[in-house]
Amino acid sequence: MQRYSLLNLARNALRGNKDWRAAWRTPTPKRGYDVIVIGGGGHGLATAYYLAREHGIRNVAVLEKGWIGGGNSGRNTQVCRSNYFYPASAAFYEHSLKLYEGLSRELNFNIMLSQRGVLSLAHSEHELEINRRWANATLMSGVDSEILSAADIKKLVPRINLESRYPVLGGFIQRRGGIARHDAVVWGYARAASALGVDIIQNCEVTGFQASAGRVRGVETSLGAITADRVVMSVAGHSSVLAQRAGLRLPITTMALQAMVTEPIKPALDSILVSGAIHAYVSQSDRGEIVIGGAADAYNSYAQRGGLPVLQGTIAAVLELFPSFSRLRLMRHWAGMVDITPDTTPIMGLTPLEGLYINCGWGTGGFKAIPGGGHSMADTIANNRPHPLIERFGLNRFENGALIDEGAAAGVAH
Amino acid sequence: MLRLACPYCGVRDQPEFRFGGQSHITRPDFEVSDAVWADYLFVRDNLKGMLYERWLHEYGCGRWFNVARDTATHEVRAVYRMGEAKPMFHHEQASSCQQTAKVGAP
Repeated sequence: MQRYSLLNLARNALRGNKDWRAAWRTPTPKRGYDVIVIGGGGHGLATAYYLAREHGIRNVAVLEKGWIGGGNSGRNTQVCRSNYFYPASAAFYEHSLKLYEGLSRELNFNIMLSQRGVLSLAHSEHELEINRRWANATLMSGVDSEILSAADIKKLVPRINLESRYPVLGGFIQRRGGIARHDAVVWGYARAASALGVDIIQNCEVTGFQASAGRVRGVETSLGAITADRVVMSVAGHSSVLAQRAGLRLPITTMALQAMVTEPIKPALDSILVSGAIHAYVSQSDRGEIVIGGAADAYNSYAQRGGLPVLQGTIAAVLELFPSFSRLRLMRHWAGMVDITPDTTPIMGLTPLEGLYINCGWGTGGFKAIPGGGHSMADTIANNRPHPLIERFGLNRFENGALIDEGAAAGVAH
Repeated sequence: MLRLACPYCGVRDQPEFRFGGQSHITRPDFEVSDAVWADYLFVRDNLKGMLYERWLHEYGCGRWFNVARDTATHEVRAVYRMGEAKPMFHHEQASSCQQTAKVGAP
């Protein structure tokens, strides 16, 4: 792997930047691997990276039907935080955030993590109480959290209109929360995994599974059959479609989640603002765009485009909070297909088909979980048992009733 | 934006409606296994293609009805009242029918 450093940058600049090599290899697929990862998004690539790095399993292929990072990994709004309500969730997301904190150095790739604080707003007395309970639960789980008054918020976010249609009465902040460049996370993991021997195969769609005697033996793909005794699915919104090819039905609903950016402006908004009550969140990217997202379009969809009503509602909510943003023009608007579970907690771990593992159900918040998801899935695959942090996230919780209902704690209600 | 033809009020814009998930689900007997009960409670058809679903005309007549819609194209293939049999389309996957039967089996 060609290391990125100031010295290397200067050396290549002097040579006219002719000697940069591709960040990852483009191999033709072998006939078989030890592990096949389906899905070349953040979770899949991180899983492959940690399999190679932590467990010495380097004969690994990542199969991506499009191009890597072309799905939800390139469509999300880049938010990282770990202030979840239930201890099981907080422990997992905190693990993920800690991995994010060291990731630029570990991958030798600047993921541009900017821990500028994720601020949740309360618009009523009742919401203030719930926020307090939430912030305290977070603290009990060992995750940083701070309750803020309306005056504190005004100080942090001078442009906010506290007297909006739904007035801002207070809130709480996780100061270690922030944003990271989503493409960089994907590219960084791909480059590091490739350097450790992982084959990244793009434009390779998995069309079926090979199984015998109750265990998986490999996959059928658009490039032919590839064998592997261990296969992991990490395909987000298409999880139900892929799982059906393995004879599984999942408790997942696929919906469109929209996001948009305005034209870039000078720094105007430092924190990431989240409001569950008015279904909107907003931040400013390092490029200067105001990044806006809202609730999912509340019906099944695989269309990778959203509807106008949710878009209008989200924009209206953000403009109430920031009237000055009304003068900005929207530059891009898009949607990703999100896989929502009944309790809005992910599904990770083993499946009824031996050797087949699953990592899905991230709904509207999978980006923050990329390092933690990849790390714990790699451990799960290497040892054929759920990593301790994801024991509660298994498919079996729908049968035994041990749901982790994070719907209320996920920032924006699903 | 979706436009749905409520069987009672006619064509209206999506904001008047609320989505109610998959239709034609039958509650199994109480004596079934946890797996079958979990399937009934939580698992829904989530395929790329035809979905039989319920909608509520919330800001209209307040009545529920069924819609057959393609989840990839959003094309509405049929609208029909609660209690009516679901219309079949020639390209429909047989597996979807089997799954529906499985949900209702004891």
